[in-house]
Amino acid sequence: MASIDVENVGKIYTGGVRAVTDIKLNIADGEFIVLVGPSGCGKSTLLRMIAGLETISEGEVKIGSRVVNNIEPADRDIAMVFQNYALYPHMTVYNNLAYGLKNRGTPKAEIDARVAEAARMLEITQYLERKPRALSGGQRQRVAMGRAIVRKPAAFLFDEPLSNLDAKLRVSMRGEIKRLQRRLGTTSIYVTHDQLEAMTLADRLVVLNGGRIEQIGAPLEVYHAPASTFVASFIGSPAMNLVKGELHGDRLAIGPAMIGLNGFAPTSGAVTVGVRAEDMRIAAPDEDALPFRLEYTEELGAQRLIHGLIGDQQITVAVSPEIVLSPEMRIAVDAKRLHFFAADTGKRLPGNVPAEAKLAPAEPVV
Amino acid sequence: MQTKRTVFHSRILPYFLLAPQLIITLIFFVWPAAQAIRQSFLRQDPFGLKETFVWFANYTRLLDDPDYLNALGATFVFSVGVTLLSMSLSLMFAVAVNRVLRSGRFYTTLLVWPYAVAPAAAGLLWWFMFNPSVGIIPYFLSFLGYEWNHRLHTGDAMVLIIIAAAWKQISYNFLFFVAGLQSVPQSLSEAAAIDGAGPFKRFWTVIFPLLSPTTFFLAVINITYAMFDTFGIVDATTSGGPSQSTNILVYKVYADGFIGLNLGPSAAQSVILMLIVIALTVVQFRWIERKVQY
Repeated sequence: MASIDVENVGKIYTGGVRAVTDIKLNIADGEFIVLVGPSGCGKSTLLRMIAGLETISEGEVKIGSRVVNNIEPADRDIAMVFQNYALYPHMTVYNNLAYGLKNRGTPKAEIDARVAEAARMLEITQYLERKPRALSGGQRQRVAMGRAIVRKPAAFLFDEPLSNLDAKLRVSMRGEIKRLQRRLGTTSIYVTHDQLEAMTLADRLVVLNGGRIEQIGAPLEVYHAPASTFVASFIGSPAMNLVKGELHGDRLAIGPAMIGLNGFAPTSGAVTVGVRAEDMRIAAPDEDALPFRLEYTEELGAQRLIHGLIGDQQITVAVSPEIVLSPEMRIAVDAKRLHFFAADTGKRLPGNVPAEAKLAPAEPVV
Repeated sequence: MQTKRTVFHSRILPYFLLAPQLIITLIFFVWPAAQAIRQSFLRQDPFGLKETFVWFANYTRLLDDPDYLNALGATFVFSVGVTLLSMSLSLMFAVAVNRVLRSGRFYTTLLVWPYAVAPAAAGLLWWFMFNPSVGIIPYFLSFLGYEWNHRLHTGDAMVLIIIAAAWKQISYNFLFFVAGLQSVPQSLSEAAAIDGAGPFKRFWTVIFPLLSPTTFFLAVINITYAMFDTFGIVDATTSGGPSQSTNILVYKVYADGFIGLNLGPSAAQSVILMLIVIALTVVQFRWIERKVQY
């Protein structure tokens, strides 16, 4: 077990391509950190630098109190789970699990004990004598996790470990990873491009974009108070609606429509306004509202997503399936549910932070 | 399984279409082979006027002939030597090229060139370099206190043909090894690095076992090459000498049959060679497909 400190780390590949810029991240012992971002945002590069599979061009990575920049991956006391599992195809499951221990000269009896324990934890005991090719995707995934667990490392590094599984298996493995991490209390860094995986797994999320950190925070904090339009559109499904608006005193103009803000306006002039689909509703007749022209709907069962235009700007509203739709509707939104971002930089404007963002996460169940 | 099948209404047409290939096979492969088998049971008188059927006399005589047993031994040493030398060198080159990112293609191209050199030319090249009077290698060896002379020393002669034959085969092996290495996922080697295996251990415990299908395939191909395809090299360098030490089977067939004009025993030798090829082919098809998979 150990904390991990990433201090001003950058990565420049040969040829001058910059992949990662000035990353600063302090991970507490036992914390589950998820690095999330679109492809090419540098999340895997950052993870591989921590693992020692890529050299660190700038800055320092510390595991525990030790700077590991020039330490071989084997000596960093970490274990990694790869996207394609990277199981050794010519070895049995037992040998896959034991390989790292054998290389470190662990006594045979202890290897047996540790492999047996990991196998029991992951319910792969009956497959120990099989070769990986005789296993299903989910079982291979477990073996890959087992290989990390047996080593009892200071940290687990996960590089998109679930992206090769089908949707249903992904959900159950997600739960299993979370439970296992809680039980073992091992510091973990998990890379994914799936915002749902990020939200559900993380103690803290790190949203990356273009090799830089956009925001670090607890999942709800990031969801309810995104630091930029990028985070706003990346976290949450459906993505947060972002429309151009203009603040006039305490009133907000979106296209031709105008609504009152009840004192929530952070500034004046042009802004980008963010509003989540579930924070909008069909307006009562006498309410301040935005005219909405319905284009098409998507049924999710519990919810119905209606897509349409306010002025000429595309938005999505989540409504209850019982609500009767018409081609022209009026949409109301609570002013304190609005997010304001600077029109030029896309950064969040100081102002209201919804109470939900400060909610403590649900108590961990061990 | 669904296959494309053409239905012919005429019964003759399919045979007609197959005829060119069949005729070539019959005239150039089956007929000579049949001739060799027939010849191996016959004995000719010195003037070629009369042939006597002698049953297996040619074969039994061969197996009692110390020269033939010597040739068998030489062939064994030679083919094992060529296979080991060329495969280990080409594996080394392949690993090296696989690590180079930028100029890998360039090296690959250069390393493939020897394959295009004709065996006789390759033999000649090495013959010059190892020439005891003017060659550059004996010159340098003399500084180390070694007097190289493959015309006198049987060991030197064997080393010479092994080097010459292995050199030519490196390109072929190299290409297969490079392809094999590239199909081993990078992440396996990374996982092994995290699992505490150093570069050597990584190679021998993870990458090399995954190359085993390639290695086995190449081993069979190389043995076949060394046994049957090296006539030109032997002829251009040592001509089987000194004192029969490099007289490998395929060269002895030629020497006995065409120089010695002793057709019966020569034919018997080629039949034995044929049996060896058949055995190697069976090994190739039987085991490569099944055994060496992971």
